[in-house]
Amino acid sequence: MLKGKHVIEPSNLSVKEIDEICSLAEQILVDPAAFMDVCRGKILATLFFEPSTRTRLSFEAAIMRLGGTFLGFADALSSSTAKGESLADTIRTVAAYSDIIAMRSPKEGAAMLASKYSSKPIINAGDGGHQHPTQTLTDLLTIRSIKGGFSNLTIGLCGDLKFGRTVHSLIKAMSRYSNVKFVLISPTELQIPSYLESQILKPLGIAYTSVEQLDDVIGDLDILYMTRVQKERFFNEQDYIRLKDSYILDAEKMKGARKNLIVMHPLPRVNEISPEVDSDPRAVYFKQVEFGMYARMALIAKLTGAI
Amino acid sequence: MIHVDTIKNGLVIDHIRAGSGPRIFSWLGLDKADFSVAMIMNVPSKTHGKKDIIKIDSIISIDYSVLGFIDPNITINVVVEERITRKINLTLPDRVENIIACKNPRCITSTEKYITHVFTLVDKKRAEYCCEYCDELYRAGIGEVF
Repeated sequence: MLKGKHVIEPSNLSVKEIDEICSLAEQILVDPAAFMDVCRGKILATLFFEPSTRTRLSFEAAIMRLGGTFLGFADALSSSTAKGESLADTIRTVAAYSDIIAMRSPKEGAAMLASKYSSKPIINAGDGGHQHPTQTLTDLLTIRSIKGGFSNLTIGLCGDLKFGRTVHSLIKAMSRYSNVKFVLISPTELQIPSYLESQILKPLGIAYTSVEQLDDVIGDLDILYMTRVQKERFFNEQDYIRLKDSYILDAEKMKGARKNLIVMHPLPRVNEISPEVDSDPRAVYFKQVEFGMYARMALIAKLTGAI
Repeated sequence: MIHVDTIKNGLVIDHIRAGSGPRIFSWLGLDKADFSVAMIMNVPSKTHGKKDIIKIDSIISIDYSVLGFIDPNITINVVVEERITRKINLTLPDRVENIIACKNPRCITSTEKYITHVFTLVDKKRAEYCCEYCDELYRAGIGEVF
């Protein structure tokens, strides 16, 4: 039963629930008109304490396409947070006005904290460099539609694995499927947080390797998940400048990849994927964008109990 | 060997990691005690080479889970009428609240000051705890205590 649940990280959803959400998203994708009124009268609050283009707009588009409406803010300065209001009080207030809340914060654990004070379902739309479960639903829907399922895949995660919240959530979600292998491609300074190794990869016996060179492994991958170096998470600009162009995927590198590889990216990108790769049929990151809205429509419909 | 009088009714906190005695003494607020207390440092120990011991001539209330987090090797002897009536062996607690603070500057606990800092035991062998909010890992021990 998904109605009323908080979705703070992927493990809040069982494998069965993820299948339900993906199946519903696929149904909406095929026949959106059939779902245009299912959330009539429902209000989604979008609380974005950190800038966003895709996630916020896709949440707002999702509720409108389900017949509902939204309220909220797109930056912390236009909320009472700027006056010093606590997150707990903001959430109690917003929960009184809305049926479901999607929130993004630069602070890790913000959505978890909000869930303790909210009488309405909280969806984590990204908390600092920690988790981003709805991007993961988007990624899973993309993988399922192109690869046919989640098992027997070798997934290369490349770039900023330390602060890349989409990577953390994807590892958590994909670790529950059989014969999934991860190839972690990053500079030493941007390797995955140690909790993912000690709490997920090692205890679950997931096969994974850590490498620094993309060229060495690109030919072994079924999925290449590129990420942007997260400028906003660095406290030292010099470190960011030194690491920002660690990996640039271009047409030349793509020659070494399998024909059935798919290249994913949560976007926005900066330099890590050269625009020349966009026309390669293996590049699916703009399909991900479209899937994102349908994944969020399905999630909202389920959590509000509309379906 | 230094001799300290036996206590009549009280607690003997034994097998404290050598050097940690003063911080536990301070955490228990024993510097303000109006009953007899003694701390002996660097006592020879068969198992650890050296250890610290705290003797308290009063049966005070102690949160054993916190003491277990600080040092799970500690044992506590409860003394009644100069006889040990109970020996308490400490273990790492499954969860601690407001014992340590998360040091991750990106963690929500760094800005929302009213939050209870909650840490759960994730690896008993390594005595490792993670922050409920940001998953940052910490080792149990006196060094991390508030």
